[in-house]
Amino acid sequence: MTKPPILILGARSDIGRAIAHRFAAEGHPVQLAARAPEALEADRADIALRHGVEVSCHAFDALDHAGHEPFLDGLPELPGIAACVVGLMGEQEENARDMDAARLVMRSNYEGPAEILARLANRFEARGSGTLIGVSSVAGERGRASNYVYGSAKAGFTAFLSGLRNRLSRTPVRVITVLPGFVATRMTENMDLPAPLTAAPLEVAEAVWRAHAGARDVVYVRRIWALIMAVIRAIPEPVFKKTRL
Amino acid sequence: MTRARPLAGWGRHPVRDCTLAAPETEAEAAALVAAGPVIARGNGRAYGDSALGVPATLSTRRMNRMRAFDPATGVLEAEAGVLLADIIDTFLPRGWFPAVTPGTKFVTLGGMIAADVHGKNHHRDGAMGETVLWLDLLRPDGRVVRCGPGQERALFEWTVGGMGLTGVILRAAIRLRPVETGWIRQVTRPARDLSRAIALFEENAEATYSVAWIDCLATGAAQGRSLVMLGEHARRDQLPDDRVARPFRTRARRRLSVPFDLPGWLLNRYSARAFNAAYWNAGLRGAGVRLVDWDSYFYPLDSILGWNRVYGRRGFAQFQCVLPLDAAETGLQRLLNEIARAGQGAFLGVLKRMGAEARRFSFPMPGYTLALDFPATPGLPGLLARMDDIVQEHGGRFYLAKDSHLTAETLRRTDPRSAAFARMRSETGAAGRFVSAQSERLSL
Repeated sequence: MTKPPILILGARSDIGRAIAHRFAAEGHPVQLAARAPEALEADRADIALRHGVEVSCHAFDALDHAGHEPFLDGLPELPGIAACVVGLMGEQEENARDMDAARLVMRSNYEGPAEILARLANRFEARGSGTLIGVSSVAGERGRASNYVYGSAKAGFTAFLSGLRNRLSRTPVRVITVLPGFVATRMTENMDLPAPLTAAPLEVAEAVWRAHAGARDVVYVRRIWALIMAVIRAIPEPVFKKTRL
Repeated sequence: MTRARPLAGWGRHPVRDCTLAAPETEAEAAALVAAGPVIARGNGRAYGDSALGVPATLSTRRMNRMRAFDPATGVLEAEAGVLLADIIDTFLPRGWFPAVTPGTKFVTLGGMIAADVHGKNHHRDGAMGETVLWLDLLRPDGRVVRCGPGQERALFEWTVGGMGLTGVILRAAIRLRPVETGWIRQVTRPARDLSRAIALFEENAEATYSVAWIDCLATGAAQGRSLVMLGEHARRDQLPDDRVARPFRTRARRRLSVPFDLPGWLLNRYSARAFNAAYWNAGLRGAGVRLVDWDSYFYPLDSILGWNRVYGRRGFAQFQCVLPLDAAETGLQRLLNEIARAGQGAFLGVLKRMGAEARRFSFPMPGYTLALDFPATPGLPGLLARMDDIVQEHGGRFYLAKDSHLTAETLRRTDPRSAAFARMRSETGAAGRFVSAQSERLSL
């Protein structure tokens, strides 16, 4: 039986690469999409060589709305699974003062990812099958001074995925929300992250694979985060506003 | 700018503050070198400070793609950060195995070349460098030079075994060896003392693989008692019937891990002695021919993730030397005397016959190599210094991938090639661009 292809939106990221390898290892053909597809060539060869699956590379810019439909039309076939790992953290200091920087973070974490998944959702619904995977963040569960611009955009994305799942729940189309806590990637390279709470990109990929293979709608990467965020959400605002988290 | 953080080798000692940047492309790596000095680091399995760049260390973990494989010749082209474990996972099911492998599969291709690692087949097949067709090296001036046995040969011979001190190895082509199965036919031969162990190695020079576990704590007539283990890749027709259909399918090994630092006192002379005695007795019972899966045979410790934590927070030091053939037996005896007298628990002692010397600065020479580890205790520096003297008196030298304690003077005296290596580094501009804590300590 041939397996359906997986489309990776944001394939140059560490998490995107890891997810591509994880699904390829299970025999899924891979469509890699990123802004500079020529930079994906090395990954294409690597994934094809290691896992013996078809791999193709495609130019995709999450913020170029006009390009979304031609991009989807240009894929070798409509994928069976689409994973969106597009995101941009930026520097909170800068995001707080420079609205151009803030806008780019908001658009990159919410507008772009939501829009491309919406288009895919409609195509999947029309076809009557497919799985959408959105990699959001626990940062979206409560706004904190240290990264609320990024967090608020992720909150929007998380809410969007939840709504989309609700809408599609009577169709065969699945929507999976992945909520990593800290992940050791390029984006977090200069941050001091506590090791017990920090996942490797491979763990995120494994969590995504297990969510896909199982039936969960929302998965935290490192389960401890579900507990941590439950506590953080439960803190009353008058107290929370004075915390430094 | 990346912040400096504490970084150590596999022995967890010494610890230095290093920035660790992981470039993904050649251009990013070149920019780091231009901002230099740096040292390349693979998966951090060198025991000491070989891969600690103070202040800057260049991690190859993002340069980890396989590029091409030729199933007709078994030649694999890959980036330096590819793990040996991934190479085996990918190619063993297709009938290929690394032609040379060290005792752990959690090393990178670049690291294996930089240390010119050797395996249980060194006496016959040579070290890692023998399997390299070419490598691309990022030079001090930012150029990338392809070198190999047939092109830029001098640079190649300095680089293989050059501990990353000639440049950053970006990618390489290596030859894999064809195998019919994922199994090894292992023959265990007990040797009651050191002379017998050496005789067994010499008698079995034709064996593809040979290595001995040596009880460094046994004294008197039993000094140097060893279990000599010989191995051959099993052919398909040597597998039991139920395995022939799936010759590369070996049972997944159970993974244990050491999730936290064990207390340092756990490993002492009594527990080590008891362990060694138990291992010896188990070896006697298991002597003879056995079929062993590749993972257990080549990488016995890899199944215990984080085994370096058994030594506790203080870490440990590895000692590995090679003694030339004519002085090996007397030199080894003196080393064993010293170890037994100190009573420092050597958990693992490994003895192996080495083959020819190749390349300009790499470790192997014809003779016997002894590798052991010691917990980092207050008495350790004295013991190591005495052992260093013995190695020097017998014309031996040290394996830099394991070293964390040598002095520049001892290195100069034991390995006259190091002066030429340092001269080459300063003449080519590598000395100012590629610097590790080890190269500074050893004045390379």
